[in-house]
Amino acid sequence: MSTATYAGVPVEVNDEGFFVDPNQWTRDIAVELAKADGIDELTAQHWTVLDFMRKEYFEKGTGPTVRVLGKTSGVSVKDLYLLFPKGPAKMAARIAGIPKPKGCI
Amino acid sequence: MAATGKRHIVILGGGTGGTLTANRLLRHFKHHRAGSDEVQITVVDRDDHHMYQPGLLFVPFGLAQHSEIVRSRHAQLHDGIEFIESGIDRVDHTNDTVYLENGRELAYDVLVIATGAQLAFDETEGLTGRGWNEKVFTFYDITGATGLETALAEFPGGNLVVNVVDMPIKCPVAPLEFCFLADWYFTERGIRDKVQITYATPLDGAFTKPVASATLSALLEEKGIHLITEFNTGEVVCDDDGNKLVGYDGREVPFDLAVVIPLHSGADYVGRSEGLGDELNFVPTDKATLQTLAKPNIFAIGDATNVPASKAGSVTHFEGEVLVENIIRFVEGRELDSTFDGHANCFIETGFGKALLIDFNYETEPVTGHFPAAVGMPLLKESRMNHLGKLMFQWVYWHALLQGRDIPGIGADMPKAGKHIPTKKEEAIV
Repeated sequence: MSTATYAGVPVEVNDEGFFVDPNQWTRDIAVELAKADGIDELTAQHWTVLDFMRKEYFEKGTGPTVRVLGKTSGVSVKDLYLLFPKGPAKMAARIAGIPKPKGCI
Repeated sequence: MAATGKRHIVILGGGTGGTLTANRLLRHFKHHRAGSDEVQITVVDRDDHHMYQPGLLFVPFGLAQHSEIVRSRHAQLHDGIEFIESGIDRVDHTNDTVYLENGRELAYDVLVIATGAQLAFDETEGLTGRGWNEKVFTFYDITGATGLETALAEFPGGNLVVNVVDMPIKCPVAPLEFCFLADWYFTERGIRDKVQITYATPLDGAFTKPVASATLSALLEEKGIHLITEFNTGEVVCDDDGNKLVGYDGREVPFDLAVVIPLHSGADYVGRSEGLGDELNFVPTDKATLQTLAKPNIFAIGDATNVPASKAGSVTHFEGEVLVENIIRFVEGRELDSTFDGHANCFIETGFGKALLIDFNYETEPVTGHFPAAVGMPLLKESRMNHLGKLMFQWVYWHALLQGRDIPGIGADMPKAGKHIPTKKEEAIV
């Protein structure tokens, strides 16, 4: 665990860069995290996914898998990969400031 | 209350969870309470074939036959439990009624959802297209497992790819076991040097939990099995140019023989029942009490739920104790018991007559040590004893687990004695 500073705000993140406390997240932070991950501009569709990830996290305690995201976010799995090329579930979770999806076992 | 004047407990599904719940409930109302005839227990299933699902892993390798792993469902239910063989159309929870496909309507006081998970083949493009059951199989149903027995016996060598489409799946260690057994099988056939075995998983390691993932990754490497992580299968292609799995991210994995574990979903009727299931037809359920979020008089057990535990028979067995206690409390108007801890206990067959054992719950990941106490079966370590334990379990399944008996020394709560549980500091490092 370590502290990183995004958009001028110090936040606690784990070794893989996932937020420890999702309440420390802001939309400005997301813009900065996205840039660092190679997404120059967050489009409306990106925001749809990010907002959905946070809503799911606060309702269910974990972010959704790619399939569930494809079924419920209003964005198809193929499009999700275009939006978040490094893997939607993990990449979007990191930018949305929620812990890594558990991928229930 | 149902028309007969008795309380009616309806259990949907006559598999592991439905059967052990029915038998445990009957025993309680028969032996621990006066006036046992006040309760009617009904189990509904679409067929009368109860499959010992862990046995499916062994069929492709010629180590088990179809006839050995299937028995009658109704024969596992104790006298006094009604069995109805019919598909389920839908549940109307507003009116506490189940509509069956045979036209019957069942009014219930308490409903238990125990219809498990099913394979959603159609969710993966091309999976059941050209090459299906010729070059592309699953071993998660009997048709596929039987077909694979021939395919493996005739396999001349080449790329064998084992692929999990997405989590959650039943018995999440089974695909790894398939890889380990394939390594053993082709060694025995004398062609191991001609077979490349690849395991392609959507996870970022061999398994979800860090300590077990590291141990299992090391075993894969030791056995020469190639691991591809974070692979989300978008399409299965078999054509004149060759066969390949294509990931959503564009990565391609060529194969000569593919063993694919499809996406899982809950039963179809859950989707037809308003307010009962989630987007994949799993039933949102309180992970500690096993009461559904749909309505207080509906409970759920096993693979059908969305609780964050393994979809495995051992979990269902441990859930059974808490579930039955809570159904009794609910009927008596008492507060529910919130003690299900997510306990899972799985043997992992590693080939050459050995197996690992893992034991864990919601909070404690699989670690090394011994089970159930300091003297016992080795955890996360290959041993012959664990392999024998795995083989013996089929007997335990039919004769103790389904009958609703407790298994000596193995309770619903996960034991901590004997486990090397990482300290908080060590956890922070992994």
